[in-house]
Order: sequence, then C-alpha cells, then structure tokens
Amino acid sequence: MFASCADPKTLEGLAWLMCYLSSGKHVLFYLSFGTVILLLLITAPVALLFGFGGALAARSRIAPLRWFGKVYTSMVRGVPDIIFFLFVPIALDQGFEWLRAKVFCDPSIPIRQGNEFLVCAAAKLPLSTSPAWVHQLYGIALAIIAFSIVFGAFAANVLRGAMDAVPRAQLETAEAYGMSPRQVSRRILIPQMWTYALPGLGNLWMILVKATPLLFILGVEDIVYWARELGGSKTSAYAYPHPDWRIYYFLAILVFYLLMTWGSERIFDRIRSRLSRGQATAAGEAMRKAAT
Amino acid sequence: MSQCLQTVQDYALRAIGIGEKLLPRSDFTLCQQVTLIGSGLIWNLYFGFLALFFGFFLANALAVARFSRNPWLRKPAEWFIFVFRGSPLFIQFFVAYEALVQLPRAGIDVLGITVATSWMTKAWAGALLVLMLNTAAYSAEIFYGALRNVPKGELEAADAYGMTGWRRYRRIVWPTAMRLAWPAYTNEAIFLVHATTLVFFSGFPAFRQQGDALYYASYFADKTFNPFVAYPIVAGYFILLTLCLIGLFGVVNRRLNRHLPGAAKRLRYRPNLIR
Repeated sequence: MFASCADPKTLEGLAWLMCYLSSGKHVLFYLSFGTVILLLLITAPVALLFGFGGALAARSRIAPLRWFGKVYTSMVRGVPDIIFFLFVPIALDQGFEWLRAKVFCDPSIPIRQGNEFLVCAAAKLPLSTSPAWVHQLYGIALAIIAFSIVFGAFAANVLRGAMDAVPRAQLETAEAYGMSPRQVSRRILIPQMWTYALPGLGNLWMILVKATPLLFILGVEDIVYWARELGGSKTSAYAYPHPDWRIYYFLAILVFYLLMTWGSERIFDRIRSRLSRGQATAAGEAMRKAAT
Repeated sequence: MSQCLQTVQDYALRAIGIGEKLLPRSDFTLCQQVTLIGSGLIWNLYFGFLALFFGFFLANALAVARFSRNPWLRKPAEWFIFVFRGSPLFIQFFVAYEALVQLPRAGIDVLGITVATSWMTKAWAGALLVLMLNTAAYSAEIFYGALRNVPKGELEAADAYGMTGWRRYRRIVWPTAMRLAWPAYTNEAIFLVHATTLVFFSGFPAFRQQGDALYYASYFADKTFNPFVAYPIVAGYFILLTLCLIGLFGVVNRRLNRHLPGAAKRLRYRPNLIR
C-alpha cells in the first residue's frame, strides 16, 4: 500500500507490522467488518417488518392467514436456528433456479437426475459467466434473506407477546369510542405495544449481532473467513511470513463483538427510559415519582 | 424392512465409532438418513447434559460471587459473565480451539509428572469446556437475578431463627432462588442443547467423521443436493428433544414449588436463540 512497504523482507519491528497490517488482504479483512455491519443494518429492519407481519397475521380474523402466522411464529421454537441458516439459503437457491428452469430450459430434461440438482446454463443463478463479485453478492443476499426469515419469526414472537400485553381496557375504551378494529390497531395497539416489545427486541438485536459469524458457514467471505485465511501460518514464500497467528485474529474479533454488544446495551438503556416515559408501568411510575 | 434393520445395526452407533466404518456414499435411503442423524444425536446429548451438569455448579458459584460485596470476588465474576455473554459462542469455539492448540504437544511437566495436553484439542473435551463455561455465564446471570429477588421477608425470617452464613444460604436463599430462576433456566438449558449443533461447524474437527446430528444432516444435504429431507429429519429430532427437556425440567419445577399449591405454572419455552 505504502511505498516503504515495497520490500517487506528488509523491514523489521514496528515498520514491518505496520506494513503487514496494511497489506491488500488486510484491507479486505477490515472491509469484511463492513459486511457484518451491512448485514445487521439490512437484516434488522427487514426482520422487524417480517415479524410485524407475522404477529399481525397470527392475530388476523381470516383463518388461513392466522394459520400461516401461527406456523411462522412457532416454526423456530424447538429447532436450533442454525438448521434454518443451513436450510433456507439452499432451499431458496434451488427454488429460484427451479422457477427459472421452468421458464428458460427445455422441459423434457428432468431437473433432478439421481443425486444431482441440475438446471440448464441459462437458468443458473448467478450465471456462470458473471464475475466473481456477483457470486459474492448473491451469497450475501441469500444470507440476508435467511437471517431475515429466521429473525423475523423470532421478532414475531416478541411482537405477538407485546400486543397481548397492551392492557385490554385501553382497546375496549377505543372500541367504546366507536373505532373500527383497524383503527384500534393503528391508533391504540401499535403505538402502545413498543414499550412492552422493547426488552424482547433489544435481546433479539444482541442475538442477531452474535449470530453474524454464522455468515462463515453460509460461505460468505466474512471476518471469520479472513481471520482463518490471514492467521494461518505463512511460509517464507509469502511476502510476510509468520507462524500461526489465528488466535490473535480471533481475539480481535472477540473484542469487536464485545464492543458491539456493550455499545448496544448502552443505547438500549437510553431508548428504554425514553419509551417508559408516561407509561402505566413500574418503570414509568418510578420516573413520575422521581420527577415530582 | 430387514434392510433397514441392517442399516440400523450398521449405523445406529456410528457417531461414537461403533459399526460400519464408511458412511453411505450413494443411493441414500430414508432409513440411512434417519439412523445416521439419530446416531449423531448422541453427541448433542453428551455435550448438552455434561455441560449443563458441570455448568450448573459453576453458575451457582459465579452468581454468589457476583452477588458478594467483596470486589475481589465480584469483579472477576462480572468480567467472566460479560465476556461469555457478550461474544458469540461460535467465536468462543474458534478462540478456544486455537488457544488449546498452542499448548505444548509433548505435555506439561507438573512436579515431575507429564500431563498430556493433546486430548484437550479434541471436540469431546475442548468443545465441552467451552459449552460449560458459556452456559455457566448465562445461567449465572439468571441465578444472580434470582438471588436479588429473594423476598426480604424470607431473609428476615431466617435472621429471626438465628440462621446465618452457609446454613441460611442452603436452607432459605438457594431453594427460593432456584424456584425463581427455574423457568428462565429451563430456556437456557434448551438453548444450550440447541447450541451443541455448532460444535462441528466451528474449529473443532470431526474425528473419523464422527459428528453430531447436524453434521450428518449437512453431509446428506451436500451429497444429495436435497435439503428437504435431511434438515427436516434433524429438526424433528430436536423438537422431540426439546419436548423431553421441557418435561424433565417441569418435574423439577413442580418439586421446587411443591409447598406452593398452584404456583407451579406450566413452563413456557420462550426461545432466546443463538449466542
């Protein structure tokens, strides 16, 4: 990267370390932290949206919609979520390719041949002619969808509980004022439920943060991938030979996650006190007493 | 049918190295998948139960240390809990594996006796250690919350009876704390058993393809390019396992609450997912 790093064999000590830590592969390693944060920033709102839909569906008066909502919210109970992370991307990938095969391929050739799942070249996703970054991006997109579906189900659980926790009397009052069910949900239920949902959602965010290293299992070049790649011992054939340093890389990742969870905790504490203001809960009552 | 019996004989204990050496390679039958994935469940049970057992004692000690007023006890417990709860289990596995590999190959000399270290890098020991420390940290936080919520009246009653120290803790504080913590601890136990599926996807290698249920499920899914058979099988096994755990912990819950008629509510499983 820097001109002084042109010949690392001549360097020593701190200068060597600086050059080592700014090599091209290390820059990719630093960028992969961005991948993790990108995944978090996209997944969290999408999962919240899925969860919202699932929770509303589970309360719906239309039976098939309610069944769907109930199945969606309860599917993650009892089954380790890593199974979903392994299952959803493959299932989605095959689903997409199967749909494209129906459109683009010769229907006389079966897709499933023995143990193989084969679609014609035109239906491959991404196309085998597309550059490597498209493959990377497709992998990340599948991972984001898998994370959103799984965490959406968890969020639906939390939001359903929060909706049930809104005092019944408030909803009945709204009905007595002549509001329609839709108005009751929009004006009373949804604004009121957040204070009950926040502890659960905060917990969920922490869990989402701590689930991000699973990107590695999904084959995305994330921080775990680069830590293994860069940390493994390098012989003198490499520009920067060093023994097995993987433990230092993993310790760095560990510290990154500790900082993430620690910072999130601070932020959630502030939001929690903001949302308890004026609520008929123990926390709200304590704030009222402190103020007077 | 008899073919399936043969498969069960060959593969039911494959995960612990008994039976057929080679895994099936082609023409996978449903029977093979159910048997082999079920055989992998042995490892999930092994990790789950031993980690919970040892973790329970460690968690109690940690909770008491965290509750103590002495900073020399409290601070280390707080840091331990923060590190293990604040970082992903997946990364903890990697760090532990890399750290254990650094131990000298030849063994450590303790007072003239050479203690072998190579077994620590094997999954059965190393991953068990990580899972134990991890569940101890999460459970300690639960137990600490319960210790804080022991009713004041019970402590005053203990004082009135002249109970102090260890006797007060054993007879009054601990049983009440357990009673308060049990529903949350049940959930923690379930997450831990679910988390055992991570072991063979992290640093720890599967020795001679002896892996857990998910290891075999992903083996079949990779070989057949069909995720719609193997993963539902392993999911089904875990739903059964979860129901068994809820039943088992429910028995303990009823026992803890036996002096309070009607207090033993049905344990509800609120998933808390991966860590």
